[in-house]
Amino acid sequence: MSEYNGYITAEPIAGAEAGPLASERVAVKDNISTAGVRTTCGSAMLESYVPPYDATVIERLNEAGATITGKTNMDEFGMGTTTETSAFGPVENPAALGRVPGGSSGGSAAVVAAGDADMALGTDTGGSVRCPAAFCGVVGIKPTYGLVSRHGLVAYANSLEQIGPIAPAVEDAARLLDVIAGPDERDATTREAGAESAYAAAADGDVAGTEIGVPTQLLEGADEAVVERFWAAIDELEAQGADYHEVELPSLEHAVEAYYMIAMSEASSNLARFDGVRYGPATESDSEGDWNDAFAAVREAGFGEEVKRRILLGTYALSAGYQDKYYRKAQDARAWVKRDFDEALKEADVLASPTMPVPPFERGESLSDPLTMYLADANTVPVNLANLPAISVPAGETDAGAPVGIQFIGPAFGEEQIVRVGSALA
Amino acid sequence: MSADADGDAVDPEEVKYIAELARVQLSDAEAERFTEQFADILTYFETLDEVPDFESEPELTNVMRPDDPEEGLSQEEALQNAPATEDGYFKGPPVS
Repeated sequence: MSEYNGYITAEPIAGAEAGPLASERVAVKDNISTAGVRTTCGSAMLESYVPPYDATVIERLNEAGATITGKTNMDEFGMGTTTETSAFGPVENPAALGRVPGGSSGGSAAVVAAGDADMALGTDTGGSVRCPAAFCGVVGIKPTYGLVSRHGLVAYANSLEQIGPIAPAVEDAARLLDVIAGPDERDATTREAGAESAYAAAADGDVAGTEIGVPTQLLEGADEAVVERFWAAIDELEAQGADYHEVELPSLEHAVEAYYMIAMSEASSNLARFDGVRYGPATESDSEGDWNDAFAAVREAGFGEEVKRRILLGTYALSAGYQDKYYRKAQDARAWVKRDFDEALKEADVLASPTMPVPPFERGESLSDPLTMYLADANTVPVNLANLPAISVPAGETDAGAPVGIQFIGPAFGEEQIVRVGSALA
Repeated sequence: MSADADGDAVDPEEVKYIAELARVQLSDAEAERFTEQFADILTYFETLDEVPDFESEPELTNVMRPDDPEEGLSQEEALQNAPATEDGYFKGPPVS
């Protein structure tokens, strides 16, 4: 166990003897199934769950020769922005002590930032790779929806999430992406893209002639120190031959509520499987009531508060009389965000924004107010709604020593573009 | 459900009803805390009203492959995480 609590289970898994990742130690978020090694999702519900099979990305890591260092701590079922909702305790930020590492893949980013792993896999449903990468001063990539197989990923919100790499440098993150990307017959949402990828080769730092669009909505309301670091990074890219222009994307005003509506609705359905019968803590078979009471008791005991909050809000949104008001409007907003991004990407190679509008929170700061925590995801969630790829790259630190990340968003399956631009900075 | 679709904040009884639908038992303290938080969150979600109707035509393609039988999990593997089993089956709580 590390002193910053990055791992839930530090049990190494050896890979093949040779391969592109033969000398790399790779940490894996604990919602990705590892055969024979427990996979908890940061939840008491799965405290002793041991998957009988490997996720596709784990098979690919094994074949590539990677040594898996263990399973990293995370917000329970990926629901959080701080890695404080884990049933296994919060994670410290090794790059900024006293602050949160970001979430929900906070353990993965922390072990990379601390040097206890060379690379890591996280998952990004609404920013859960990019946020902790930004807060811990490392690189994180959220791939295009459909680039990386989700087979063996314990689902939170299927239509939004992707597994993505975290590493100290862009080229390393791209090398890990090269290994995990590509079609998988066990995930029908994967595409042919990525089969013969060469993302690492795109990390050449050549941004001469690159046009960068800056959505003004993603700077409004951002912390001053963060905005300052953001423009300093844009200046640096300009000095290397890139150009930028500002662009208005009005749909982004509604991205946070649309994202949470859709994610919570999908979660309420996905997490229905945790009933204490096939896995999880035992149900009380001598209960007076019927099986619904038994299930409700297991779910009360096994789920933490943030998970219950999201299941309930999702159930509410999908209940009779509310679907049109919330869920369908959220789908309209999703389509609108997607169109806005597509239009903006006709005039730009990539779009740029601060990854997070704020520096990492002090530990404990946001927990009592869930809405404040949700609003911190304003810059990352639009990318998931639009199914696009994005990378978070370190952009220096605030005067108080807190890491800041800059995010580059590319067109669908445009991973090479975001890797190239990111590699000009890190 | 007692509230209509235009209703404002939820009350603790409604939160408990939703929890029942979701098969999650809640303590009184939790129900009260959630009632307060849901008021804030749902008020914020109301801004979805401002979103125009949007026709989206997602690009969908059929993904087909031959339906060849492959090895799956064994019965033993499928049962290995169950808290209770009997004669090779999952054992659940009584129906009523």
